[in-house]
Amino acid sequence: MAELIVYGIVLGSIIALGSVGLTLIWGITDLFNVAHGDQITFGAYIALLFSGLFSHIGFLQVKVGPFSFHWGLLVAFIPAILVSILFAIVVDHFVYKPLRRSGAHFITGFIASIGVAWALRGVIYIIWGADFHFYTQGLRPMLFLPLDIKLRVDEIFIALVAWLSVGGVYLFLYRTKTGKALRALSDNSNLAQISGINTERMIKWVWGLAATLIAIAGILYAIETQLRPEMGWIFLLPLFAAIILGGKGSITGALAGGLVLGIAQQVSTAFLVPTYKPAVAFIIMILVLIFRPTGILGRRKI
Amino acid sequence: MSILKVDSIVSGYGSMEVLHGLSLEVEEGQIVTVLGPNGSGKTTLLRTIFGVVMPWSGQVRFKDQDLSGLNPERVARTGMCYVPQEANIFPSLSVNENLEMGAFIRTDDWQPRIEEIYEFFPALTERRNSRAGELSGGMRQMLAIGRALMLNPQMLLLDEPSTGLAPFLVDHIFERIRTLNEQGVSVLLVEQNAQALQCAHKAYIIEGGEKKAEGSSEELLKDEEIGRHYLGR
Repeated sequence: MAELIVYGIVLGSIIALGSVGLTLIWGITDLFNVAHGDQITFGAYIALLFSGLFSHIGFLQVKVGPFSFHWGLLVAFIPAILVSILFAIVVDHFVYKPLRRSGAHFITGFIASIGVAWALRGVIYIIWGADFHFYTQGLRPMLFLPLDIKLRVDEIFIALVAWLSVGGVYLFLYRTKTGKALRALSDNSNLAQISGINTERMIKWVWGLAATLIAIAGILYAIETQLRPEMGWIFLLPLFAAIILGGKGSITGALAGGLVLGIAQQVSTAFLVPTYKPAVAFIIMILVLIFRPTGILGRRKI
Repeated sequence: MSILKVDSIVSGYGSMEVLHGLSLEVEEGQIVTVLGPNGSGKTTLLRTIFGVVMPWSGQVRFKDQDLSGLNPERVARTGMCYVPQEANIFPSLSVNENLEMGAFIRTDDWQPRIEEIYEFFPALTERRNSRAGELSGGMRQMLAIGRALMLNPQMLLLDEPSTGLAPFLVDHIFERIRTLNEQGVSVLLVEQNAQALQCAHKAYIIEGGEKKAEGSSEELLKDEEIGRHYLGR
């Protein structure tokens, strides 16, 4: 059981990381971004592209400490993040911004994002095919901890990077002027405008921020499992459950929701066949929607 | 000289026309009150002046500038600030952060201004780190006005600041508005509460999106018919 909880915390860290971006976008632009999952996949594949490129030219092919991957993959975080940001801002400009301008109903944005999700996944299938990929082949070093906990060394890296990234975003939102303006916009967009806050510029910022987390979450998730074109799409369900549990636009809610979801999914495997993991996320989401539609920490009705 | 001039404004929402060619003027250094019952178009008037609602026709002039067609982000940079009636704070931000957001477009050091606001509304001082959403109605109203004052506006638009407040708080808010005015801020105050006449130099009475009367506060208070119809006497 202790082992399952530790696995749950690792999975929960990635869910938390992915859901913070999703809840920020939802709170500020009112868009429930279905393409979020496939953007996660895309980020992971861009890192694969660059780490493959680095290994082709023999650049930084040294293992990072006790971990399974090379320094090349760490460097590949940078182009993956940049491409992810660029993609998010371009899609916002050509798809969601015109919808905002015309005052479209949020369902229209929701459906448009389904379109973006499928189009992006199509591109991933075309470029990389339907096969599984890994950043590195070979053995994955294990760690044997007390209480009979077996942990992959990589998972320590995953949890560490996830929480550092989340901590960074937290500092940004609570300590910088732009971060505070983003929270203000999420709180009361009318008043933000009246105060002279340029909403369109802020929306670019929030996409940039979310896309950074998206790329990092994608790479971490791919290190934890493997790369396949459906990875993010399937990962979307626990993300949705986490932010609904946490409440619309609530960052701390998304973090707590992510951890709860991760632990609940992993612990459920002690009693259920692992295939039912997504069902656990579903059940939590439905229970929250029925009994506490504002989310545990949220104030707004969904 | 008039600082704000609203000239035959027509505006509304969707296909519903709310203001049917309304005109009014605020002289520099004055408090002007617009009185009217619910649904008379008072809020729409302020929203149209500030660009939250675009005018269908007519003109809004502030100082020497034509504001018609400017969005709120731009109007906020002209020296006019707007305090809406509802949802006029950022509930999940702290009191201090609310004031910081009021200063968002300032590039100079606004920290001293925050301290001035706390001196102006001392009740806010000890709550500076509380979440604004936890404040009582009166404190919220003070914070909402304080946020608008962060830009040292020459002109303030206030939408029913007395709504829902206990009488002593209403007095306090109106007294603060008078003090601001003495410091040189022109005020356009929209109210249902006839008490607002007492602090106004001039008043307009509107109903159904049209002007029904205008004059100095004394004139309107003396007029029996207006008293019966609009001031509940």
